[in-house]
Parts: sequence; structure tokens; C-alpha cells
Amino acid sequence: MTTPSTPAQTTHVRPNYMLIWLYLFVMTIAEVLLAFELPVSRNLKLILLLILAIWKAMLVALFFMHLKFERWRLRLIFIVPLPLAVILVTAVIMEKVF
Amino acid sequence: MMRATQVVDEMRPPVPAEPGAGVYSKKLGMWVFLASDVMFFTALIGSYIVLRFGMPSPWAQPGAVLNVPLTGLNTFLLICSSVSMVKAYAAIADGKKYFLRKVPGKRLQDGGLKFWMLITIICGAGFVGVQLIEYIKLVGEGFTPAGYREASLLAEHALADPIKYGAGVAGMYGSTFFTMTGFHGFHVTCGVISMLYLYFTKVLPEKYSAQDYRGIEVIGLYWHFVDLVWIILFTIVYLI
Repeated sequence: MTTPSTPAQTTHVRPNYMLIWLYLFVMTIAEVLLAFELPVSRNLKLILLLILAIWKAMLVALFFMHLKFERWRLRLIFIVPLPLAVILVTAVIMEKVF
Repeated sequence: MMRATQVVDEMRPPVPAEPGAGVYSKKLGMWVFLASDVMFFTALIGSYIVLRFGMPSPWAQPGAVLNVPLTGLNTFLLICSSVSMVKAYAAIADGKKYFLRKVPGKRLQDGGLKFWMLITIICGAGFVGVQLIEYIKLVGEGFTPAGYREASLLAEHALADPIKYGAGVAGMYGSTFFTMTGFHGFHVTCGVISMLYLYFTKVLPEKYSAQDYRGIEVIGLYWHFVDLVWIILFTIVYLI
């Protein structure tokens, strides 16, 4: 029970790749400015930098890697390791703390 | 005749989808590899976070040791290579195998697969080159995987301002920095070599078509993942 599947058969509206590139470029500049120029507290800076990094990574994964247009079963392959990664880091931090 | 059949088989097999994920096996294989690579980099980044925030004395301040403007340029190169990779993918999906072609009514020529792949390879190789320059410069200043080399410029700075340069944890700083960026650089190098191979064996001989461009899609997935990892590393290692 197999079905033919080639890249050409995967049809979806193509994203504006140059616009995504512009977002990534602007956010990278914003990150550098935030890290070195803006007078905000260290904790706020940390949170904002992490949000920007995750946002950029999401843009790459969703639009450049076309994860937004893939089937859920394929997305799961990429998503499943992420909570495992969080568990791994949390467990090691907890061991360090206690 | 035999040769022709082999080529056709290689480029246009029936492409049966895997029953589970519903994609062709090379793409599924790449996604499974990327999932394992997510865990690999998570282990590195997780260890870095635990080591950094578990240390009694602070890490070197951002920009004190590392050259952020230079790495910012490198980040820009990698982002450009990612967009050129996806443009290569879009070009071959539209059947544009050529390098550049004049479009009536437009000032700029239209780029095809050959053009965008070449841009990707140049940007990727540029990234590796800049990273090598960065390493040579850092080691020259005394920043090594073992910390600040004795009697080096950075060791003197660390003595004068131990907080800014994280003198107490220089060894840990050096080893985590070179391990994480080194493994990433290795991934980029492998990507550039793979793309060069594809460029000369498949792209230039025009073996990809709008009906089958799986190689471009699979190498593209790998390349975007490398970009994605660098986005996280750049923030965690250089800016925080």
C-alpha cells in the first residue's frame, strides 16, 4: 500500500523567501544591538535574545525547510526530540541544583 | 543501454513513499538523521548551559574575547546561503536548470538552479573561511580550548580584569566554545563538500528536472538545519 510521492507532487503556495531572509537579517541586527547597545536588564536581555533566536529558528524550519507544509507525521519526527531535549537539560540542571 | 537504464533508475525510480511518514525514503532518512542531530546539538548546548550557569565565577562577558562583528558577518553569510539554497530548490521545482537567463521587461536576469547552488556553495565556503580566520586570530591572542595561554595577550587582560574576561573559568569557556563551534563548522564543511559533489555530478550535467529534484531537496534540508543550529549557537555563545 504505497503511494507515489515526489517533490513535484507536493503542492502549496510558495512563501516569499526574500521576505523571510529580510526578517532573519533584521532580527540578527536587532539581536546584536540588544546584546551590546540597549540599556536593559540582564535577565530581560537574556529572555529577549532567546525569543529572537527561537523565532528565527522557527522561520527557517517552517519556511525554508517547508515544515509548515509537510504532513504531521513528518513534523513529528522533528518535534519529538525537542521535549526530550528539554527533559535532558532540565534533568541535568536539577542534578546540579540539588 | 544498461548505463541509460541505470541513470533513469537512479533519477526517476517509481519513488514509493514510506507507508508511515508518506514521503520518499531519502527525505525520510534525512529527517531521521536531523532528528538525531537535534539530540546531538542539544547535548552540547545543554552541557554548555549547565556548565556555564553552574560555575561559581562568571563567564567572560559577551564581546570581551570573541569577535562579534566578524561572527555577525558569518551569520549573515549563512542566512544568505540558506535563502540561496531555497531559491535553488524553487528554481528546479519550476524546471529552471540554467545559470542566468534574460527575462523580457526585467533589468535583472533570472537565476536558475546552477546560479543559486553556486551562490550557496560560495557563501558556505565563505562561512568556513571566516571561521578559520576567527580561530587563527583567537589562538594567536591566546584563547585555546584549554583556556588563556600563559603570557598571552588575553592572559594579561584576564589578570587586569578577571571579571570581564572570566579568568576563573577560562578553561571551561575555551573547551565549550571550540567544541560547539567546531562541531558546527564540521557540519558546514560536510555540507559544502556534499554540495560541491552534487554541483559537478548532478547540477552541471542537468540531471535534475522539475519532475525529480530529490537530491536538492534533501541537501537543502541538511543545509537549512545547519543554519538553524548556527542561529541558536550565535545567540547562546556570542551574545549571551
